[in-house]
Amino acid sequence: MNWDWDYAIDSLPLLFQGIVVTVELTVLGALLAYALGLVLALVRQVRVPVLSQLVYLFVEFIRSTPLLIQVFAFYYLLQPALGLRLSPFVTGFVMLGIHYATYTSEVYRAGIDAVPKGQWEAARALSLPRGRVWTGVILPQAVPRVLPSLGNYTISMFKETPLLLAIGVLDVLNRAQEAASETFRYVEPVTLAGVFFLLVSYPASILVRKLERRAGTV
Amino acid sequence: MDSHQPLSDAQAGTATADREMIRFDKVVKRFGDNVVLNELDFTVSPGEFVTLIGPSGSGKTTILRLLMTLEKVDGGTIQVDGEYLSHMERGGKLVPADEKHLRKVRRHIGMVFQQFNLFPNMKVLQNITEAPMRVLGKSRAEAEERGRELLEMVGLSEKVDAHPSQLSGGQQQRVAIARALAMEPDVLLLDEVTSALDPELVAGVLAVLKDIATSTEITFLCVTHEMQFAKDVSDRVIMFDHGQVVEEAVPEKLFTSPEHERTREFLHAVIDREV
Amino acid sequence: MFDQIGLIFSTLVRGLPVTIAATLGGIALTVVLSFVAGLALLAPSRTVRFLSRVYVEGFRGTSEMVQLFWIYFVLPVLVGFELVPLFAGILVLGLNHGAYGAEIVRGAVQSVPKAQYEGAIALSLSPAQRMLRVILPQAVVEMLPSFNNLFIQLLKSTALLYFISAEELTERGQLLAPSLPIAQLVPIYVIELLFYLLLAVLITVGMRALERVGARRLGRRAPRRRSTPPVTAGGV
Repeated sequence: MNWDWDYAIDSLPLLFQGIVVTVELTVLGALLAYALGLVLALVRQVRVPVLSQLVYLFVEFIRSTPLLIQVFAFYYLLQPALGLRLSPFVTGFVMLGIHYATYTSEVYRAGIDAVPKGQWEAARALSLPRGRVWTGVILPQAVPRVLPSLGNYTISMFKETPLLLAIGVLDVLNRAQEAASETFRYVEPVTLAGVFFLLVSYPASILVRKLERRAGTV
Repeated sequence: MDSHQPLSDAQAGTATADREMIRFDKVVKRFGDNVVLNELDFTVSPGEFVTLIGPSGSGKTTILRLLMTLEKVDGGTIQVDGEYLSHMERGGKLVPADEKHLRKVRRHIGMVFQQFNLFPNMKVLQNITEAPMRVLGKSRAEAEERGRELLEMVGLSEKVDAHPSQLSGGQQQRVAIARALAMEPDVLLLDEVTSALDPELVAGVLAVLKDIATSTEITFLCVTHEMQFAKDVSDRVIMFDHGQVVEEAVPEKLFTSPEHERTREFLHAVIDREV
Repeated sequence: MFDQIGLIFSTLVRGLPVTIAATLGGIALTVVLSFVAGLALLAPSRTVRFLSRVYVEGFRGTSEMVQLFWIYFVLPVLVGFELVPLFAGILVLGLNHGAYGAEIVRGAVQSVPKAQYEGAIALSLSPAQRMLRVILPQAVVEMLPSFNNLFIQLLKSTALLYFISAEELTERGQLLAPSLPIAQLVPIYVIELLFYLLLAVLITVGMRALERVGARRLGRRAPRRRSTPPVTAGGV
């Protein structure tokens, strides 16, 4: 019933293995979300007929439905159908990445929209090639504005990793659960897992707020 | 106008002897390192219409905001009708006023703002009846009757059910005047009430104010850049600079033969700009 | 084939009431907590602000899954009784999203121009009257789009109730899945996702209707720009 320090300390090594997994999932998932989100945003921005509309529907659909079911559908249905054999870990960060790419694409879009129209016109007046307009003029101005929002979504991803338990990924919370199931003592490991999330995401969100103040967000 | 002058002279004559409506005593106000008011003294008699002029940053608006208790003094005291505004007496000593005391003294004072500050979530009539019902405890019927009277007075009877956003700036400002009057203030503060208006709407608002000034016994403290208006309605004009009184006089004197070089410069600049 | 789809559909539909109950219950608790904690973040008392800050950062800083496990698995050990899964779910959904909602409320209240406070002070309204009669009616309209997003997040989070066997939509689907060949999984996931999409659309439709009502009460019309009074430089 009471807090047992010895037991809490005993469960730490197992928790630590989970922490590593949580961090790896977040980092890989976030990198995928940043990259794929940019692609989605550009496709919509350049207005390729049909493709832009499809991307719009895809983004709205993914954003409006639970990540958990998307993970299930990908793991149990899509993968076998496509003949893929990805591990739960890879499935996990890929799905995190895809899900959050739909959010980051909106962030990029807002960031691009926030670049003053005069910048486009100036770039055109200099006859810069289209690719150079993007890489040389628009993106360098858009990216600093979007950093705080990307940071916030990264923190969200970090906190969502535990739901990958559904396909057997053992992140920090699920390691805690595993530790608990051996002894039927849930209090210490689950609480420690919570403390871990707080210890990472609270300073991270303070950092994001500092970025926000500096960058004037979109 | 002419009929107004002797009336308020008479009021001032009888009242100054026994009563001061507003009294500033060595009032200090700072914003950070910037001293806006520097040991400012001045008084206003009941029923008087006093206009404050001076360059921007001279502290005119701050005086109104202190009276409305939107700001706190950093030194000195303010009294309204003999009651301390920013302080209260407790055990024979002056201590900073608490919210309860502020609410009591605030009721004597109304304010019309540069940006009107009407409540967008209420229709025109409700903007006027809200405070009389909730603060003065008037019945809805009573408050609405008075509200309609006031709207008629400011020439907006047909806008009773309009949203503030459907009105022009000039109309919004006239509603704001009616709203302030509905609280039956002893003192009405006018803070650059025409500065945010399109030029063609200014006259209508000023006419309403002039009408009220001549027909009621309310004490007015007015900050404005409309020098003609100031000349027409004021009993006294006070020139401010750097948080202190430069000079004060009846408008005829101050506008035609000011004593101080600083006032002359200021009036020159303002009148040049107006032409 | 069609029999199977009928079976799948009817099984999934049976999970719908729990998902809807969790969503509505969660939304109700979220709204209450958002306003209580959000206004507490603006309270004059330092202690009240601190306590509210602890709640907000605590629930935003830890994972929703951790909170769910804590309330469903840990809390019973501490207090000696178990919560019904649906109830535990609503509690977590509300507590978690209420922490985010508190920031929405705080932000919206702070976004009401200072001039509105001053207008209310000039009319001698009390602090409570200022808040209830002047500030909140305007702030609520500003909150609606953010709350729409938050409620959709909450709807999506109801899928987490799968982990505590609340017998909602996601769990119904997963219980069905192993017994069927892969080809039959298509309708399961498609129907599930469409159900969530439908609920999300309903939430958005409802919130948009509220936004229109709110805009009308503030005398606004889309586009908003048209009705805002001109603000001179240095104003407000």
